Amino acid sequence: MHITKDLVAASATPLVLGILAEGESYGYAILKQVNELSSGQLEWTDGLLYPLLHRLERLGHVESTWETPPGGRRRKYYRITDQGRAELAEQRRQWAAVVDTLRGVWGTARSVKPIMTPAWEAGR
Amino acid sequence: MTVDSDHELEAQIAEWRAYMHRRQELRHADADELEDHLRNRITELTQAGLQSDEAFLIAVKRMGSLDELSREFAREHSERLWKQLVLPGEPDASTTARSRRELPIMMLCATIAALAIKVPSLFGLDISADDSGFYSRNLSLFTLPALAAYFAWQRRVSSRTIGVLALLFILGAVAANAYPLADDSQTIVLTAIHLPLALWLVVGVAYLGGDWRSDRRRMDFIRFTGEWLIYFCLVALGGGVLMAFTVGTFHAIGLDAEGFVQSWLLPCGAMAAVVVSAWLVEAKQSVIENMAPVLTRVFTPLFTATLSAFLVAIIWTNNGIDVERDALILFDLLLVVVLGLLLYAISARDLAARPGLFDRLQLALVVSALIIDAMVLMAITGRITEWGFSPNKTAALGENVILLTNLAWSAWLFLGFVRGRMPFAGLEHWQTRYLIVYAGWAWTVVLVFPLAFSFA
Repeated sequence: MHITKDLVAASATPLVLGILAEGESYGYAILKQVNELSSGQLEWTDGLLYPLLHRLERLGHVESTWETPPGGRRRKYYRITDQGRAELAEQRRQWAAVVDTLRGVWGTARSVKPIMTPAWEAGR
Repeated sequence: MTVDSDHELEAQIAEWRAYMHRRQELRHADADELEDHLRNRITELTQAGLQSDEAFLIAVKRMGSLDELSREFAREHSERLWKQLVLPGEPDASTTARSRRELPIMMLCATIAALAIKVPSLFGLDISADDSGFYSRNLSLFTLPALAAYFAWQRRVSSRTIGVLALLFILGAVAANAYPLADDSQTIVLTAIHLPLALWLVVGVAYLGGDWRSDRRRMDFIRFTGEWLIYFCLVALGGGVLMAFTVGTFHAIGLDAEGFVQSWLLPCGAMAAVVVSAWLVEAKQSVIENMAPVLTRVFTPLFTATLSAFLVAIIWTNNGIDVERDALILFDLLLVVVLGLLLYAISARDLAARPGLFDRLQLALVVSALIIDAMVLMAITGRITEWGFSPNKTAALGENVILLTNLAWSAWLFLGFVRGRMPFAGLEHWQTRYLIVYAGWAWTVVLVFPLAFSFA
């Protein structure tokens, strides 16, 4: 299944904040976690995670530090802030509302019966 | 994984990084972060059994196209597209103790320049009253030594060069003050104009760190002069606004600040601005594009059009040039402008580039200026005997000849270049060599003219 770009973009912020709420992490690990959680269905272009992290940092939702393990390369770790937690809670509320609404719509329209492939798309 | 493929991988990663560095949206730290990511991805892929070069290709592909990446970074960090002058203050490992001291030293030099102009008033010489002759003669002597001192410190010039600089400044001070020049004489005006020019070239020696024989370094000084002039004008504009508000706001509460502005803010500010502008040019040098060449690009076509129109008008109407007293000075200034346009076009030019349309335009500008000036000179030589040789006219005529010589030879070199017979470097060489002639002439006017014209 392929998830459209718009949905990926919309879910990126709550996903990243949610992962960081579990503890500090760095770009690659965040990406791997997203991959595992979605069983590979959410596909991000690796590089684009970083502008997003920088944006969250500018907004004050996360903060970052460079850490250099002995004998290793330096790596940038991100940590969620209190403001970030508040933002995450707010996003959760919004997503819950969206999901509820969708459920409601799909529940009442059960008679339409699922995902009938329209005739003109049958050939694809 | 073998050592060989490890090597190859490192080379590939280095190349990828070099590629990223060319994007100004991506900072060094961003590149570090992305490289860390790339390496993690490669490690994971090689552990899954891929060859390192395959892993590299896939990792780069997954990173996303560089265009897309830098577009996203630009959206997040749009300020990076505007090059900023970062004032020293954020501690960085690369800034040495010396460059941290740069700002305080500059402030010190600027303060010295600002205070120097108030020293004579301790001895009863008032800047606004009848001692204006003293100030106009000595104006450059208050600030330019401080500027030279700043460069001498910054370039760590040898003590011999410092000695030469000090001697030249003392010579200038003696020339300005030892001769009995009356306040209404012509020679005092000439000294007031030429001493700053002579001393500016002395500052040039300090700017070049004593290495004034090098052509390339001299061109740097020419570039510096153009940028300095622009920054000085900008600072002066800001200063004008500051003064207007000072007078206006104090006037509103019934206090008169005009006296303070005239005898403190304006003179001290102007003196300090000379040093501050020089520092700004130095600090901005690698951060922002030079302005002088940009202005040159804009105004060369316009001046060419104006001068050509002027030539056509002379021929059409058959009017001779009316050689009034001030005409010579006007045409001197015209030559200075044309020379400036030429100099700053040269200063920004890629020496290896082939002649283009702009070069031909430049040649047309120089040639039309030459023709106009030749007409002026012809008109003047007829009447010079009527006037006799007063100091003013001799100086104006001498300058005209010097500028004319420069432009004539430049036109010749330019023609050779446009026709593909001579390298462009010849033109640059000629202009930088010619600085000596300006220095010689300025010092001659300051030192010899008062004697030759018996202080007229």
